[in-house]
Amino acid sequence: MGLAATKAGEFTADEMMTACAARALRDGMTCFVGIGLPSAAANLARATHAPGLVLIYESGTIGAKPGWLPLSIGDGVLAETADAVVSVPEIFNYWLQPGRIDMGFLGAAQLDRFGNINTTVIGSTYADPDVRLPGAGGAPEIAAFCREVIIIVRQSRRSFVERVDFVTSVGYGTGRGDRERLGLTGAGPRKVITDLGVLEPDPATRELTLTGVCPGVSPEEAKAGTGWDLAISGSLEVLDPPSPAELSALRALQAMTPGSEGAH
Amino acid sequence: MARIVSLAEAVAAAIHDGDSVAMEGFTHLIPFAAGHEVIRQQRCDLTLIRMTPDVIYDQLIGAGCASRLIFSWGGNPGVGSLHRFRDAVENAWPGPLRLEEHSHAGMANRYAAGAAGLPFAVLRGYGGTGLEGLPGLDGLPAVRPITCPFTGERLAAVAALTPDVAVIHAQQADRAGNIQLWGITGVQKEAVLGARRSVVTVEEIVDVLAPRAQAVVLPSWTVDYVAQAPGGAHPSYALGYSQRDNDYYVAWDAISRDRERFVRWLKTDVFGAPDPPGLASAGTGEEG
Repeated sequence: MGLAATKAGEFTADEMMTACAARALRDGMTCFVGIGLPSAAANLARATHAPGLVLIYESGTIGAKPGWLPLSIGDGVLAETADAVVSVPEIFNYWLQPGRIDMGFLGAAQLDRFGNINTTVIGSTYADPDVRLPGAGGAPEIAAFCREVIIIVRQSRRSFVERVDFVTSVGYGTGRGDRERLGLTGAGPRKVITDLGVLEPDPATRELTLTGVCPGVSPEEAKAGTGWDLAISGSLEVLDPPSPAELSALRALQAMTPGSEGAH
Repeated sequence: MARIVSLAEAVAAAIHDGDSVAMEGFTHLIPFAAGHEVIRQQRCDLTLIRMTPDVIYDQLIGAGCASRLIFSWGGNPGVGSLHRFRDAVENAWPGPLRLEEHSHAGMANRYAAGAAGLPFAVLRGYGGTGLEGLPGLDGLPAVRPITCPFTGERLAAVAALTPDVAVIHAQQADRAGNIQLWGITGVQKEAVLGARRSVVTVEEIVDVLAPRAQAVVLPSWTVDYVAQAPGGAHPSYALGYSQRDNDYYVAWDAISRDRERFVRWLKTDVFGAPDPPGLASAGTGEEG
Protein backbone atom coordinates (compact mmCIF):
# COMPACT_ATOMS: atom_id res chain seq x y z
CA MET A 1 0.00 0.00 0.00
CA GLY A 2 2.50 2.60 -1.07
CA LEU A 3 1.68 5.96 -2.58
CA ALA A 4 1.30 4.37 -5.98
CA ALA A 5 -1.66 2.25 -4.85
CA THR A 6 -3.99 5.18 -4.27
CA LYS A 7 -4.82 8.35 -6.13
CA ALA A 8 -5.61 11.63 -4.40
CA GLY A 9 -8.82 11.30 -2.40
CA GLU A 10 -8.79 7.51 -2.52
CA PHE A 11 -7.91 5.34 0.42
CA THR A 12 -7.66 1.66 1.27
CA ALA A 13 -9.70 -0.30 3.80
CA ASP A 14 -6.58 -0.59 5.98
CA GLU A 15 -6.17 3.20 5.94
CA MET A 16 -9.83 3.66 6.89
CA MET A 17 -9.49 1.21 9.81
CA THR A 18 -6.22 2.78 10.92
CA ALA A 19 -7.66 6.31 10.91
CA CYS A 20 -10.75 5.12 12.75
CA ALA A 21 -8.62 3.49 15.45
CA ALA A 22 -6.33 6.52 15.71
CA ARG A 23 -9.33 8.79 16.37
CA ALA A 24 -10.30 6.66 19.35
CA LEU A 25 -7.02 7.61 21.05
CA ARG A 26 -6.81 10.76 23.12
CA ASP A 27 -3.70 12.80 23.78
CA GLY A 28 -1.86 11.69 26.91
CA MET A 29 -3.34 8.20 26.99
CA THR A 30 -1.17 5.19 27.71
CA CYS A 31 -1.63 2.60 25.01
CA PHE A 32 -0.55 -1.06 24.80
CA VAL A 33 0.27 -1.58 21.14
CA GLY A 34 0.61 -4.69 19.00
CA ILE A 35 2.20 -4.82 15.58
CA GLY A 36 0.35 -4.13 12.32
CA LEU A 37 -2.72 -1.89 12.23
CA PRO A 38 -2.68 -1.12 15.97
CA SER A 39 0.89 0.13 15.75
CA ALA A 40 0.04 2.15 12.64
CA ALA A 41 -3.00 3.65 14.38
CA ALA A 42 -1.12 4.58 17.54
CA ASN A 43 1.72 6.14 15.58
CA LEU A 44 -0.74 7.99 13.34
CA ALA A 45 -2.46 9.41 16.43
CA ARG A 46 0.91 10.45 17.83
CA ALA A 47 1.78 12.15 14.53
CA THR A 48 -1.53 14.04 14.38
CA HIS A 49 -3.89 14.85 17.28
CA ALA A 50 -2.21 13.00 20.17
CA PRO A 51 1.50 13.92 20.31
CA GLY A 52 1.61 12.99 24.01
CA LEU A 53 0.31 9.44 23.48
CA VAL A 54 2.41 6.94 25.43
CA LEU A 55 3.15 3.84 23.34
CA ILE A 56 3.89 0.67 25.29
CA TYR A 57 4.97 -2.51 23.49
CA GLU A 58 4.94 -5.90 25.23
CA SER A 59 8.64 -6.26 24.52
CA GLY A 60 9.07 -3.94 27.52
CA THR A 61 9.49 -0.61 25.73
CA ILE A 62 7.55 2.13 27.52
CA GLY A 63 7.07 5.48 25.80
CA ALA A 64 8.55 4.38 22.48
CA LYS A 65 8.65 7.10 19.81
CA PRO A 66 9.41 5.37 16.50
CA GLY A 67 9.63 7.61 13.46
CA TRP A 68 8.28 4.82 11.28
CA LEU A 69 6.20 1.65 11.57
CA PRO A 70 8.21 -1.20 13.08
CA LEU A 71 7.74 -4.74 11.67
CA SER A 72 8.10 -6.39 15.07
CA ILE A 73 7.27 -5.38 18.62
CA GLY A 74 10.97 -5.64 19.38
CA ASP A 75 12.54 -3.49 16.67
CA GLY A 76 15.60 -1.58 17.82
CA VAL A 77 13.95 1.79 17.21
CA LEU A 78 11.46 1.05 20.00
CA ALA A 79 14.19 0.44 22.60
CA GLU A 80 16.29 3.35 21.38
CA THR A 81 13.42 5.87 21.61
CA ALA A 82 11.70 4.55 24.76
CA ASP A 83 11.46 6.40 28.08
CA ALA A 84 12.17 3.09 29.80
CA VAL A 85 12.94 -0.46 28.73
CA VAL A 86 11.86 -3.08 31.25
CA SER A 87 11.92 -6.86 31.35
CA VAL A 88 9.02 -8.93 30.08
CA PRO A 89 7.96 -10.12 33.57
CA GLU A 90 7.94 -6.47 34.63
CA ILE A 91 5.85 -5.20 31.71
CA PHE A 92 3.13 -7.71 32.50
CA ASN A 93 3.31 -7.66 36.31
CA TYR A 94 4.00 -4.02 37.16
CA TRP A 95 2.46 -2.22 34.23
CA LEU A 96 -0.38 -4.24 32.67
CA GLN A 97 -1.75 -6.30 35.56
CA PRO A 98 -2.46 -3.40 37.99
CA GLY A 99 -4.52 -1.54 35.38
CA ARG A 100 -2.02 1.24 34.67
CA ILE A 101 -2.61 1.18 30.93
CA ASP A 102 -5.57 3.03 29.41
CA MET A 103 -6.02 1.32 26.07
CA GLY A 104 -5.15 -2.03 24.58
CA PHE A 105 -5.44 -3.04 20.94
CA LEU A 106 -6.26 -6.61 19.97
CA GLY A 107 -6.78 -8.54 16.76
CA ALA A 108 -8.77 -11.75 16.32
CA ALA A 109 -9.04 -14.78 14.07
CA GLN A 110 -12.56 -15.34 15.39
CA LEU A 111 -14.81 -12.96 17.32
CA ASP A 112 -18.24 -13.60 18.80
CA ARG A 113 -21.19 -11.31 19.55
CA PHE A 114 -19.86 -10.60 23.05
CA GLY A 115 -16.40 -9.65 21.83
CA ASN A 116 -14.69 -12.84 22.95
CA ILE A 117 -11.60 -13.54 20.88
CA ASN A 118 -10.05 -16.72 19.50
CA THR A 119 -6.43 -16.72 18.34
CA THR A 120 -5.64 -20.30 19.43
CA VAL A 121 -7.22 -23.02 17.26
CA ILE A 122 -9.88 -23.39 14.58
CA GLY A 123 -11.77 -26.67 14.82
CA SER A 124 -13.98 -28.57 17.19
CA THR A 125 -11.22 -29.94 19.43
CA TYR A 126 -8.19 -28.22 20.88
CA ALA A 127 -6.09 -31.39 20.72
CA ASP A 128 -6.71 -32.03 17.02
CA PRO A 129 -7.28 -28.63 15.40
CA ASP A 130 -8.09 -27.93 11.77
CA VAL A 131 -5.92 -24.82 11.94
CA ARG A 132 -3.33 -24.09 14.58
CA LEU A 133 -3.21 -20.31 15.20
CA PRO A 134 -0.35 -18.55 17.04
CA GLY A 135 -1.99 -18.60 20.45
CA ALA A 136 -2.49 -16.11 23.24
CA GLY A 137 0.64 -13.99 23.52
CA GLY A 138 -0.18 -11.05 25.75
CA ALA A 139 -3.81 -10.81 24.65
CA PRO A 140 -5.68 -12.45 27.58
CA GLU A 141 -4.19 -10.01 30.07
CA ILE A 142 -4.50 -7.03 27.73
CA ALA A 143 -8.19 -7.92 27.35
CA ALA A 144 -8.54 -8.31 31.12
CA PHE A 145 -6.60 -5.36 32.53
CA CYS A 146 -6.33 -2.47 30.08
CA ARG A 147 -8.91 0.13 31.11
CA GLU A 148 -10.51 -0.32 27.71
CA VAL A 149 -9.87 -2.32 24.57
CA ILE A 150 -10.24 -1.73 20.85
CA ILE A 151 -10.40 -4.77 18.58
CA ILE A 152 -9.31 -4.35 14.96
CA VAL A 153 -10.34 -7.16 12.65
CA ARG A 154 -11.58 -7.72 9.11
CA GLN A 155 -15.23 -8.63 9.10
CA SER A 156 -16.55 -11.79 7.45
CA ARG A 157 -18.75 -14.75 8.32
CA ARG A 158 -15.56 -16.74 8.79
CA SER A 159 -14.23 -14.40 11.48
CA PHE A 160 -17.47 -13.08 13.03
CA VAL A 161 -18.97 -16.27 14.41
CA GLU A 162 -21.86 -17.21 16.68
CA ARG A 163 -19.47 -19.07 18.98
CA VAL A 164 -15.67 -18.94 18.97
CA ASP A 165 -13.94 -22.34 18.81
CA PHE A 166 -11.70 -21.36 21.73
CA VAL A 167 -11.86 -18.40 24.11
CA THR A 168 -8.32 -17.03 24.08
CA SER A 169 -9.25 -13.58 25.43
CA VAL A 170 -12.45 -12.59 27.15
CA GLY A 171 -14.61 -9.73 25.89
CA TYR A 172 -17.92 -9.76 27.75
CA GLY A 173 -18.11 -13.52 28.32
CA THR A 174 -21.77 -14.48 28.03
CA GLY A 175 -23.00 -10.95 28.61
CA ARG A 176 -23.41 -8.23 31.19
CA GLY A 177 -21.87 -8.97 34.59
CA ASP A 178 -19.47 -11.66 33.43
CA ARG A 179 -16.36 -9.47 33.51
CA GLU A 180 -17.05 -8.43 37.09
CA ARG A 181 -17.71 -12.06 38.07
CA LEU A 182 -14.43 -13.17 36.47
CA GLY A 183 -12.41 -10.43 38.16
CA LEU A 184 -11.48 -8.69 34.90
CA THR A 185 -10.79 -5.14 36.05
CA GLY A 186 -10.79 -3.36 32.68
CA ALA A 187 -14.03 -2.26 31.02
CA GLY A 188 -13.63 -4.58 28.02
CA PRO A 189 -13.93 -3.93 24.28
CA ARG A 190 -15.20 -0.40 23.67
CA LYS A 191 -15.10 -0.62 19.88
CA VAL A 192 -14.59 -3.27 17.22
CA ILE A 193 -13.22 -1.57 14.12
CA THR A 194 -13.62 -3.51 10.88
CA ASP A 195 -13.28 -2.92 7.16
CA LEU A 196 -17.07 -2.50 7.04
CA GLY A 197 -17.72 -0.30 10.04
CA VAL A 198 -17.67 -0.06 13.82
CA LEU A 199 -19.40 -2.22 16.41
CA GLU A 200 -19.89 -1.17 20.03
CA PRO A 201 -21.29 -3.07 23.01
CA ASP A 202 -24.93 -2.45 23.82
CA PRO A 203 -24.95 -0.69 27.21
CA ALA A 204 -27.58 -3.04 28.61
CA THR A 205 -26.64 -6.43 27.18
CA ARG A 206 -23.02 -5.92 26.05
CA GLU A 207 -23.89 -7.48 22.69
CA LEU A 208 -21.85 -5.98 19.86
CA THR A 209 -24.04 -3.65 17.84
CA LEU A 210 -23.29 -1.96 14.53
CA THR A 211 -23.03 1.76 15.30
CA GLY A 212 -21.13 2.97 12.24
CA VAL A 213 -20.48 1.99 8.66
CA CYS A 214 -17.59 2.92 6.41
CA PRO A 215 -18.44 5.26 3.51
CA GLY A 216 -20.11 3.25 0.76
CA VAL A 217 -20.94 0.27 2.99
CA SER A 218 -24.60 -0.57 3.70
CA PRO A 219 -25.85 -2.06 6.97
CA GLU A 220 -26.99 -5.08 4.90
CA GLU A 221 -23.42 -5.71 3.83
CA ALA A 222 -22.30 -5.58 7.45
CA LYS A 223 -25.06 -8.04 8.38
CA ALA A 224 -24.02 -10.32 5.53
CA GLY A 225 -20.46 -10.29 6.87
CA THR A 226 -21.54 -11.39 10.33
CA GLY A 227 -22.16 -14.96 11.46
CA TRP A 228 -24.78 -13.95 14.00
CA ASP A 229 -27.94 -11.85 13.67
CA LEU A 230 -26.19 -8.49 13.89
CA ALA A 231 -28.06 -5.80 15.83
CA ILE A 232 -27.98 -2.36 14.21
CA SER A 233 -28.04 0.83 16.23
CA GLY A 234 -30.98 3.19 15.79
CA SER A 235 -28.48 6.03 15.42
CA LEU A 236 -26.21 4.39 12.86
CA GLU A 237 -23.64 6.85 11.53
CA VAL A 238 -21.52 6.91 8.41
CA LEU A 239 -17.89 7.15 9.47
CA ASP A 240 -15.79 10.02 8.19
CA PRO A 241 -13.24 8.90 5.61
CA PRO A 242 -9.57 9.46 6.43
CA SER A 243 -8.82 13.17 6.12
CA PRO A 244 -6.06 14.42 3.79
CA ALA A 245 -3.98 15.20 6.92
CA GLU A 246 -4.49 11.66 8.29
CA LEU A 247 -3.65 10.06 4.95
CA SER A 248 -0.51 12.08 4.42
CA ALA A 249 0.72 11.45 7.98
CA LEU A 250 0.06 7.71 7.72
CA ARG A 251 1.68 7.42 4.29
CA ALA A 252 4.68 9.40 5.52
CA LEU A 253 5.13 6.93 8.39
CA GLN A 254 4.91 4.03 5.95
CA ALA A 255 7.34 5.67 3.54
CA MET A 256 9.87 6.10 6.37
CA THR A 257 9.72 2.41 7.25
CA PRO A 258 12.97 0.63 6.35
CA GLY A 259 12.41 -1.66 3.38
CA SER A 260 9.50 0.35 2.00
CA GLU A 261 9.78 2.04 -1.40
CA GLY A 262 10.13 5.49 0.07
CA ALA A 263 12.62 4.66 2.81
CA HIS A 264 16.02 6.23 2.92
CA MET B 1 32.22 -20.44 36.67
CA ALA B 2 31.72 -19.92 32.94
CA ARG B 3 34.02 -21.70 30.52
CA ILE B 4 34.71 -19.97 27.22
CA VAL B 5 34.47 -22.64 24.52
CA SER B 6 33.41 -23.00 20.90
CA LEU B 7 29.69 -23.04 20.13
CA ALA B 8 29.90 -26.69 19.04
CA GLU B 9 31.57 -27.63 22.33
CA ALA B 10 29.03 -25.67 24.36
CA VAL B 11 26.05 -27.36 22.71
CA ALA B 12 27.68 -30.82 22.92
CA ALA B 13 28.40 -30.38 26.63
CA ALA B 14 25.19 -28.67 27.75
CA ILE B 15 22.34 -30.02 25.64
CA HIS B 16 21.40 -33.70 25.53
CA ASP B 17 18.61 -35.68 23.87
CA GLY B 18 15.43 -35.47 25.91
CA ASP B 19 16.41 -32.24 27.70
CA SER B 20 14.08 -29.33 28.33
CA VAL B 21 15.68 -26.33 26.62
CA ALA B 22 14.67 -22.67 26.84
CA MET B 23 16.14 -20.51 24.09
CA GLU B 24 15.03 -17.03 25.03
CA GLY B 25 15.25 -13.59 23.50
CA PHE B 26 12.08 -11.54 23.07
CA THR B 27 12.25 -10.39 19.42
CA HIS B 28 15.84 -9.25 20.11
CA LEU B 29 19.01 -11.27 20.82
CA ILE B 30 17.41 -14.53 19.68
CA PRO B 31 20.10 -17.27 19.80
CA PHE B 32 19.74 -18.48 16.21
CA ALA B 33 23.36 -19.66 15.83
CA ALA B 34 22.98 -21.88 18.88
CA GLY B 35 19.68 -23.20 17.53
CA HIS B 36 21.34 -24.12 14.25
CA GLU B 37 24.15 -25.88 16.14
CA VAL B 38 21.52 -27.95 18.00
CA ILE B 39 20.11 -28.95 14.60
CA ARG B 40 23.59 -29.81 13.29
CA GLN B 41 24.25 -32.00 16.32
CA GLN B 42 20.85 -33.61 15.65
CA ARG B 43 19.49 -33.40 19.16
CA CYS B 44 16.12 -35.06 19.46
CA ASP B 45 13.16 -35.52 21.81
CA LEU B 46 13.71 -32.04 23.26
CA THR B 47 11.08 -30.19 25.26
CA LEU B 48 11.44 -26.72 23.79
CA ILE B 49 10.41 -23.81 26.00
CA ARG B 50 9.99 -20.27 24.73
CA MET B 51 7.46 -17.45 25.09
CA THR B 52 7.52 -16.71 21.36
CA PRO B 53 8.57 -19.82 19.42
CA ASP B 54 9.08 -17.83 16.26
CA VAL B 55 11.33 -18.70 13.32
CA ILE B 56 14.08 -20.26 15.50
CA TYR B 57 11.73 -22.94 16.86
CA ASP B 58 10.02 -23.37 13.50
CA GLN B 59 13.45 -24.46 12.27
CA LEU B 60 14.13 -26.79 15.23
CA ILE B 61 10.63 -28.31 15.04
CA GLY B 62 10.89 -28.86 11.28
CA ALA B 63 14.31 -30.46 11.73
CA GLY B 64 12.79 -33.03 14.08
CA CYS B 65 14.59 -31.90 17.26
CA ALA B 66 11.46 -31.39 19.40
CA SER B 67 8.78 -33.67 20.82
CA ARG B 68 7.18 -31.14 23.15
CA LEU B 69 6.70 -27.36 23.19
CA ILE B 70 5.88 -25.05 26.10
CA PHE B 71 4.99 -21.60 24.77
CA SER B 72 2.64 -18.64 24.67
CA TRP B 73 2.75 -17.31 21.07
CA GLY B 74 3.84 -19.25 18.00
CA GLY B 75 3.91 -17.00 14.96
CA ASN B 76 6.26 -15.29 12.52
CA PRO B 77 6.22 -11.74 13.97
CA GLY B 78 4.75 -9.22 11.58
CA VAL B 79 4.47 -11.88 8.85
CA GLY B 80 2.03 -14.68 9.76
CA SER B 81 2.05 -18.38 10.52
CA LEU B 82 4.88 -20.66 11.52
CA HIS B 83 4.37 -23.34 8.91
CA ARG B 84 6.70 -26.01 10.38
CA PHE B 85 5.04 -25.57 13.79
CA ARG B 86 1.61 -25.81 12.21
CA ASP B 87 2.61 -28.87 10.15
CA ALA B 88 3.80 -30.59 13.33
CA VAL B 89 0.62 -29.79 15.28
CA GLU B 90 -1.85 -30.31 12.44
CA ASN B 91 -0.17 -33.24 10.61
CA ALA B 92 2.47 -34.61 13.03
CA TRP B 93 5.26 -33.81 10.53
CA PRO B 94 8.12 -34.66 10.94
CA GLY B 95 6.70 -36.10 14.16
CA PRO B 96 4.03 -35.34 16.74
CA LEU B 97 4.51 -32.24 18.88
CA ARG B 98 2.78 -32.09 22.25
CA LEU B 99 1.90 -28.64 23.53
CA GLU B 100 1.70 -26.89 26.86
CA GLU B 101 0.25 -23.47 26.27
CA HIS B 102 0.05 -20.32 28.37
CA SER B 103 -0.33 -16.57 28.02
CA HIS B 104 2.76 -14.34 27.94
CA ALA B 105 2.02 -13.18 31.49
CA GLY B 106 1.80 -16.79 32.63
CA MET B 107 5.07 -17.77 30.94
CA ALA B 108 6.90 -14.69 32.24
CA ASN B 109 5.75 -15.46 35.76
CA ARG B 110 6.70 -19.12 35.42
CA TYR B 111 10.25 -18.10 34.49
CA ALA B 112 10.36 -15.60 37.37
CA ALA B 113 9.29 -18.31 39.83
CA GLY B 114 12.02 -20.59 38.46
CA ALA B 115 14.62 -17.87 38.97
CA ALA B 116 13.33 -17.22 42.49
CA GLY B 117 13.49 -20.87 43.48
CA LEU B 118 9.75 -20.96 44.10
CA PRO B 119 7.55 -23.88 43.00
CA PHE B 120 4.91 -21.65 41.43
CA ALA B 121 3.93 -18.09 40.58
CA VAL B 122 0.74 -16.18 41.32
CA LEU B 123 -0.92 -13.78 38.94
CA ARG B 124 -4.23 -12.27 38.03
CA GLY B 125 -5.09 -13.87 34.76
CA TYR B 126 -6.65 -16.62 32.66
CA GLY B 127 -10.12 -15.92 34.11
CA GLY B 128 -12.80 -17.03 31.69
CA THR B 129 -10.33 -18.16 29.02
CA GLY B 130 -10.03 -21.61 27.49
CA LEU B 131 -6.38 -21.62 28.58
CA GLU B 132 -7.26 -22.15 32.23
CA GLY B 133 -8.74 -25.55 31.41
CA LEU B 134 -5.88 -26.90 29.33
CA PRO B 135 -3.66 -29.73 30.56
CA GLY B 136 0.10 -29.37 30.83
CA LEU B 137 2.52 -31.90 29.39
CA ASP B 138 1.94 -34.06 32.48
CA GLY B 139 -1.77 -34.24 31.66
CA LEU B 140 -2.75 -32.24 34.76
CA PRO B 141 -4.21 -28.71 34.72
CA ALA B 142 -1.46 -26.21 33.86
CA VAL B 143 -3.26 -23.30 35.54
CA ARG B 144 -4.80 -23.80 38.97
CA PRO B 145 -6.84 -21.50 41.16
CA ILE B 146 -5.37 -20.28 44.41
CA THR B 147 -6.92 -18.20 47.16
CA CYS B 148 -4.97 -15.29 48.62
CA PRO B 149 -4.40 -16.09 52.32
CA PHE B 150 -4.65 -12.38 53.19
CA THR B 151 -7.61 -11.11 51.18
CA GLY B 152 -9.42 -14.24 50.02
CA GLU B 153 -9.10 -13.12 46.40
CA ARG B 154 -9.05 -15.93 43.83
CA LEU B 155 -5.93 -15.84 41.69
CA ALA B 156 -4.18 -18.09 39.17
CA ALA B 157 -1.18 -20.26 40.02
CA VAL B 158 1.24 -21.50 37.37
CA ALA B 159 4.18 -23.87 37.92
CA ALA B 160 7.77 -22.62 37.88
CA LEU B 161 9.85 -23.22 34.78
CA THR B 162 13.18 -24.86 35.58
CA PRO B 163 14.63 -25.92 32.22
CA ASP B 164 17.54 -28.32 32.00
CA VAL B 165 19.27 -25.74 29.82
CA ALA B 166 18.81 -22.05 29.04
CA VAL B 167 20.37 -20.67 25.86
CA ILE B 168 20.64 -16.94 25.24
CA HIS B 169 22.59 -14.53 23.05
CA ALA B 170 24.20 -11.40 24.52
CA GLN B 171 26.19 -8.52 23.15
CA GLN B 172 29.31 -9.00 25.27
CA ALA B 173 31.25 -11.22 27.64
CA ASP B 174 34.52 -10.39 29.29
CA ARG B 175 37.41 -12.85 29.46
CA ALA B 176 36.21 -14.17 32.81
CA GLY B 177 32.84 -15.02 31.28
CA ASN B 178 30.76 -12.23 32.83
CA ILE B 179 27.88 -11.41 30.50
CA GLN B 180 26.26 -8.09 29.57
CA LEU B 181 23.18 -7.61 27.40
CA TRP B 182 21.14 -4.49 26.80
CA GLY B 183 18.21 -3.11 24.83
CA ILE B 184 15.15 -5.35 25.02
CA THR B 185 16.22 -8.00 27.52
CA GLY B 186 13.01 -10.05 27.71
CA VAL B 187 13.13 -12.97 30.16
CA GLN B 188 16.73 -13.98 29.57
CA LYS B 189 17.89 -13.29 33.13
CA GLU B 190 15.03 -15.34 34.57
CA ALA B 191 15.60 -18.18 32.09
CA VAL B 192 19.32 -18.45 32.93
CA LEU B 193 18.84 -18.20 36.69
CA GLY B 194 16.02 -20.76 36.63
CA ALA B 195 17.86 -23.31 34.49
CA ARG B 196 20.16 -26.11 35.62
CA ARG B 197 22.73 -25.31 32.91
CA SER B 198 23.23 -22.37 30.59
CA VAL B 199 24.86 -21.49 27.31
CA VAL B 200 25.46 -17.87 26.31
CA THR B 201 26.61 -16.90 22.84
CA VAL B 202 28.02 -13.39 22.47
CA GLU B 203 28.76 -10.94 19.71
CA GLU B 204 32.10 -10.07 21.19
CA ILE B 205 34.49 -10.97 24.01
CA VAL B 206 35.96 -7.78 25.47
CA ASP B 207 38.60 -6.97 28.08
CA VAL B 208 36.27 -4.86 30.21
CA LEU B 209 32.46 -4.70 30.27
CA ALA B 210 31.69 -0.96 30.13
CA PRO B 211 28.58 -0.14 32.22
CA ARG B 212 25.50 0.43 30.06
CA ALA B 213 22.13 1.98 30.86
CA GLN B 214 19.40 -0.57 31.59
CA ALA B 215 21.73 -3.49 30.96
CA VAL B 216 21.39 -6.98 32.41
CA VAL B 217 24.62 -8.36 33.84
CA LEU B 218 24.98 -12.07 34.52
CA PRO B 219 28.07 -12.77 36.63
CA SER B 220 30.35 -15.50 35.33
CA TRP B 221 29.38 -17.89 38.12
CA THR B 222 25.72 -17.95 36.97
CA VAL B 223 26.68 -19.21 33.49
CA ASP B 224 28.21 -22.52 32.38
CA TYR B 225 29.37 -22.05 28.80
CA VAL B 226 30.17 -18.89 26.83
CA ALA B 227 30.79 -19.07 23.09
CA GLN B 228 31.66 -16.27 20.74
CA ALA B 229 29.18 -16.17 17.85
CA PRO B 230 29.28 -12.83 16.01
CA GLY B 231 25.99 -12.32 14.20
CA GLY B 232 24.60 -15.22 16.22
CA ALA B 233 21.23 -13.54 16.63
CA HIS B 234 20.62 -13.18 12.89
CA PRO B 235 17.92 -12.74 11.53
CA SER B 236 16.98 -11.09 14.82
CA TYR B 237 19.46 -8.50 15.96
CA ALA B 238 21.86 -7.39 18.66
CA LEU B 239 21.34 -3.73 19.57
CA GLY B 240 24.58 -1.85 18.90
CA TYR B 241 25.86 -4.59 16.57
CA SER B 242 23.26 -5.41 13.95
CA GLN B 243 19.82 -4.60 12.51
CA ARG B 244 16.84 -6.93 12.42
CA ASP B 245 16.76 -8.65 9.01
CA ASN B 246 13.09 -8.12 8.25
CA ASP B 247 13.47 -9.53 4.74
CA TYR B 248 14.56 -12.89 6.20
CA TYR B 249 11.37 -13.14 8.27
CA VAL B 250 9.30 -12.38 5.17
CA ALA B 251 11.29 -14.86 3.05
CA TRP B 252 10.92 -17.56 5.73
CA ASP B 253 7.20 -17.72 5.01
CA ALA B 254 7.75 -19.26 1.56
CA ILE B 255 10.69 -21.45 2.62
CA SER B 256 8.81 -22.93 5.55
CA ARG B 257 5.50 -23.38 3.73
CA ASP B 258 6.82 -26.27 1.66
CA ARG B 259 8.39 -29.38 3.24
CA GLU B 260 10.82 -30.05 0.40
CA ARG B 261 11.95 -26.47 0.22
CA PHE B 262 12.43 -26.45 3.98
CA VAL B 263 14.57 -29.60 3.86
CA ARG B 264 16.67 -28.06 1.07
CA TRP B 265 17.13 -24.95 3.23
CA LEU B 266 18.14 -27.13 6.17
CA LYS B 267 20.81 -28.89 4.13
CA THR B 268 22.32 -25.84 2.50
CA ASP B 269 21.88 -23.17 5.17
CA VAL B 270 22.36 -25.16 8.38
CA PHE B 271 24.47 -28.18 7.38
CA GLY B 272 26.30 -26.28 4.66
CA ALA B 273 26.08 -29.09 2.12
CA PRO B 274 23.35 -30.43 -0.17
CA ASP B 275 23.80 -33.97 1.23
CA PRO B 276 25.19 -33.76 4.75
CA PRO B 277 26.20 -37.07 6.29
CA GLY B 278 23.81 -38.42 8.90
CA LEU B 279 20.80 -36.35 7.92
CA ALA B 280 18.68 -39.37 7.16
CA SER B 281 15.67 -38.57 9.26
CA ALA B 282 15.12 -34.87 8.79
CA GLY B 283 12.00 -34.89 6.74
CA THR B 284 13.27 -36.58 3.60
CA GLY B 285 10.70 -39.38 3.72
CA GLU B 286 6.95 -39.05 3.40
CA GLU B 287 5.21 -36.35 1.45
CA GLY B 288 1.84 -34.74 1.90
